[in-house]
Amino acid sequence: MPASYIPPWEDLLRVLPEIVLTVGGTIAMVLEPLLRPEKKRRLGWLALAALLVALWATAVAHVFAGPAFRAMIIVDGFATFFRALVIVVGALAVLCSLNYLERERADSGEYYALVLFSVVGQCLMAASNELIMIFIGLEISSISTYVLAGYLRDDVRNNESAIKYFLLGSFATAFLLYGIAWIYGLTGSTDLSEIRRVLANPELAPAGALVGVSAALMFVGFAFKVSAAPFQIWTPDVYQGAPAPVTAFMSAGPKAAAFAIFLRVYMTAFEPVASRWEPVVWLSALATMLVGNFAALVQNNLKRLLAYSSIAHAGYVMVAVTAHSEIGTAAAMFYLVAYAFMNVGAFAVVTHFARERERYVNVDDLAGLAQRQPVTAALFALFLLSLIGIPLTGGFFGKFYIFKAALEANLYWLTGIGLLNSALAAYYYLRIIVVMYFHEPGEAAATLAPPAPALKVALWSSAVATLVLGVFPSLVLDFAGKSATLAR
Amino acid sequence: MNPVNWILALPAAGFLAVLLWPGRAETARALALAVSLVVFVLSLGLIPGVWGAGASWSHVTDLPWIESPAIRYHVAVDGLSLWLVLLTTLLTPICVLISWRYIDRRVKEFYALLLLLETGLVGVFVALDLFLFYVFWEVSLVPMYFLIGVWGHERRIYAAVKFFLFTMAGSVLMLGGIIYLYNRSGTFDYSILLEQINSGALMLTPLEQRLLFLAFFISFAIKVPLFPLHTWLPDAHVEAPSAGSVMLASVMLKMGTYGLVRYSLPLFPNAARQSADWIVTLAIIGIIYGALVSMVQPNMKKLVAYSSVSHLGFVVLGIFTFTQLGLDGAVYQMLNHGVSTGALFILVGYLYERRHSLETAAYGGIATPAPWLATVFLITSLASVGLPMLNNFVGEFLVLQGAAQVNFRWTVLAATGVVLSACYMLWLYQKAFLGATPEPVREHVYDLRPREWAGILPLIVLMVWMGTLTRTFFPPISAASAQILEQTKVNAEFLVSRPAAPPLVAGVMPDAR
Repeated sequence: MPASYIPPWEDLLRVLPEIVLTVGGTIAMVLEPLLRPEKKRRLGWLALAALLVALWATAVAHVFAGPAFRAMIIVDGFATFFRALVIVVGALAVLCSLNYLERERADSGEYYALVLFSVVGQCLMAASNELIMIFIGLEISSISTYVLAGYLRDDVRNNESAIKYFLLGSFATAFLLYGIAWIYGLTGSTDLSEIRRVLANPELAPAGALVGVSAALMFVGFAFKVSAAPFQIWTPDVYQGAPAPVTAFMSAGPKAAAFAIFLRVYMTAFEPVASRWEPVVWLSALATMLVGNFAALVQNNLKRLLAYSSIAHAGYVMVAVTAHSEIGTAAAMFYLVAYAFMNVGAFAVVTHFARERERYVNVDDLAGLAQRQPVTAALFALFLLSLIGIPLTGGFFGKFYIFKAALEANLYWLTGIGLLNSALAAYYYLRIIVVMYFHEPGEAAATLAPPAPALKVALWSSAVATLVLGVFPSLVLDFAGKSATLAR
Repeated sequence: MNPVNWILALPAAGFLAVLLWPGRAETARALALAVSLVVFVLSLGLIPGVWGAGASWSHVTDLPWIESPAIRYHVAVDGLSLWLVLLTTLLTPICVLISWRYIDRRVKEFYALLLLLETGLVGVFVALDLFLFYVFWEVSLVPMYFLIGVWGHERRIYAAVKFFLFTMAGSVLMLGGIIYLYNRSGTFDYSILLEQINSGALMLTPLEQRLLFLAFFISFAIKVPLFPLHTWLPDAHVEAPSAGSVMLASVMLKMGTYGLVRYSLPLFPNAARQSADWIVTLAIIGIIYGALVSMVQPNMKKLVAYSSVSHLGFVVLGIFTFTQLGLDGAVYQMLNHGVSTGALFILVGYLYERRHSLETAAYGGIATPAPWLATVFLITSLASVGLPMLNNFVGEFLVLQGAAQVNFRWTVLAATGVVLSACYMLWLYQKAFLGATPEPVREHVYDLRPREWAGILPLIVLMVWMGTLTRTFFPPISAASAQILEQTKVNAEFLVSRPAAPPLVAGVMPDAR
């Protein structure tokens, strides 16, 4: 690439969402010292506005779909799908954060800027078609999230969460980078399509074992980011320790983006060697579902319980990855959308219920919520039923498509065990409903103030999305199905 | 417009209306009663169409719901589902009535959930798309879970969770089966599946058929419940509020037997026929075991619950005789059990409202202070026992006759269940209603009130009607079951994996089955 390289204007349009978000984040940082503390909240609205504009920019970029910057970036349906998803998750997280930060007296532009930058990274991950870009996107997203996890710096658990996430996360990305170096050494390229071309050509293909090493090293990095077994150990501690809205954000946005690159790399570059990595992903999917569900059975802390549940859900998506078909990819995409809404919704309720310093985060604290705040309880119940996978919710269709894809790929055992797992999971979600509905109100429920307007918007939009996905899944699934054919 | 859609939509709309209507408990009750009565009247309108249609579908609505995979909103009624739908729509207003005073907290939610349950249950019986069927199957689980968990007795939470998990564990397997079937056939539609099976376009290998049959069967058997998968039932029945027990026993258990008749037999005919022996064995064990356990129950609700295990054993026995009589009897017995066991739970609920105890020992000599209550209870008990001229007799007789056509030993064993049922029901009646009246009973137990009459009378009338004028009910049932039976003979020549038939001795035919 010559030094005087000037990208054509279409290329700039194709990264418009990233540009918008970066500008928004930078403005927030600049305005931050100029605003009086009580007005910092406005930066939250600024961030929200930036996210909405970015959503529009995603649509614009999709109109100009195609490769950009010498194919380092590619705007296809897949990219647009995940960009829109992570931006919406970012917006919901901001809505959850507004009152939370006020409550914790930690309102500042920094926080919103970090959210925006993290979304920038995730958007880049969604749209990159080249390993270095993937790595850069992942790092932008991760570093912002590390800081967010420890945002309340006087809080011990926040610090624990951030340091664990940071140390283990950096270690895992090092594996990813090492894997990238291997594959570059083997194929002479970091471009996914080029790697695929080399690997698919029997005359050029390097020794299978060496490619396997590279794929395995990269798997470590991806599995860590999506919290798939056996690299899930950080998840409960980090999710429990981080501020509740940040956990909501982490469990949906970065995870979806990580699955996006996971799918893209394994479905394009490593697709020719699928028979080598399939057993590994199979085993990981199985272990992830089992570990997540069994550990969640015995949790009392809501955030920890939802953390294990998010591991289990990552396991279901891994089942779709194991299927390595276009239907599997589409199923994973749909599932991640449904999961994002139901999970962010559930965490939004936790954010609301926890109160200052997150005092009330145990399952038993929810006792009798249904009698004090029937609407909040009903919404929480809806999210939980969706997490269980009861029909007419997004969670059900997500599971349905995933297991359908798995059966089409002849993964009978994985499907059977996965289905039984989802029945097992019903137990711990039901426990929350039991406490909310069947127990008499306790102190925590009795003193709960009604949710603030911003949080209400987050709750209701997640609920409506969960139901719409459950009744009219075609709205999302059709687009996912069309986008599942990745550029090769 | 197709009344089936109204019957599905109105209770669902009622669910929202009751929940959101500002106002007090009375409005919620009245609204629920009004909605459920309208639905019942509408459902009566289904009868002429089904009578006219013979063995084919009537009141069909078939609309696309989801493009890909092709899932359709396909509902219709035939002779098999007609009476089950009517049973559901009749029992819902009755449940509203019997809960009128009993449910005194979180009233709105109670009636809202009852209406939602109605939609789910009716949906299960009318859905003709396997996916839609599964949706209704699961959706009906949620309101029942809440009904037990919020308004139940002491151990309600344990019972509710157990109920949910048992059903869920079974139904996920069925979901796997449904998806597999779709991947093989490219459709969820029941009639198209049957066509494919008939034309040979869909040929399942014996192994596939057996596994799919099992996936569906376990799910249905848990719901029925078939011995040894019945352990959730006594808990759920005992802990549920009256209305919950009624809906559970009368309608929800029929989801399982309905599923067996509608899906297990026609979709997997060979596997079903091959499995008949062990399934019938389990059914007969259930008949005798349920009756024996009933005999030693000190708790009235538990007694009725175990008697359900016994009665449902008859239904399963009838289904797996693969005879016209057996199948007719099984379908009829589903309705009979719904009417008479529903009535028993209602009456036990009335007693509980008076004396606040479910223990038989807390009662005695009720006939003195409450003669009408005693009379009604006696009629219901006799119906449940299978006295001629009352409903259960007809169904049990047909089932036993069907069983006798296949294997006389089955009849002998199953008939002991009838004898045992007389023991436990009459003992219960004797202990609770006859003899000396203890003071607390004299004080608290009053006779039936008008609202209570309104709740029980329709069922008493039905017991006599179904026991005598069977012609009112049978033609559509027979038409439907004959067709299902015909369907189970499709590719029966496929029965290859049985041990090779012994060489024919001249003149001696092998077992007709």
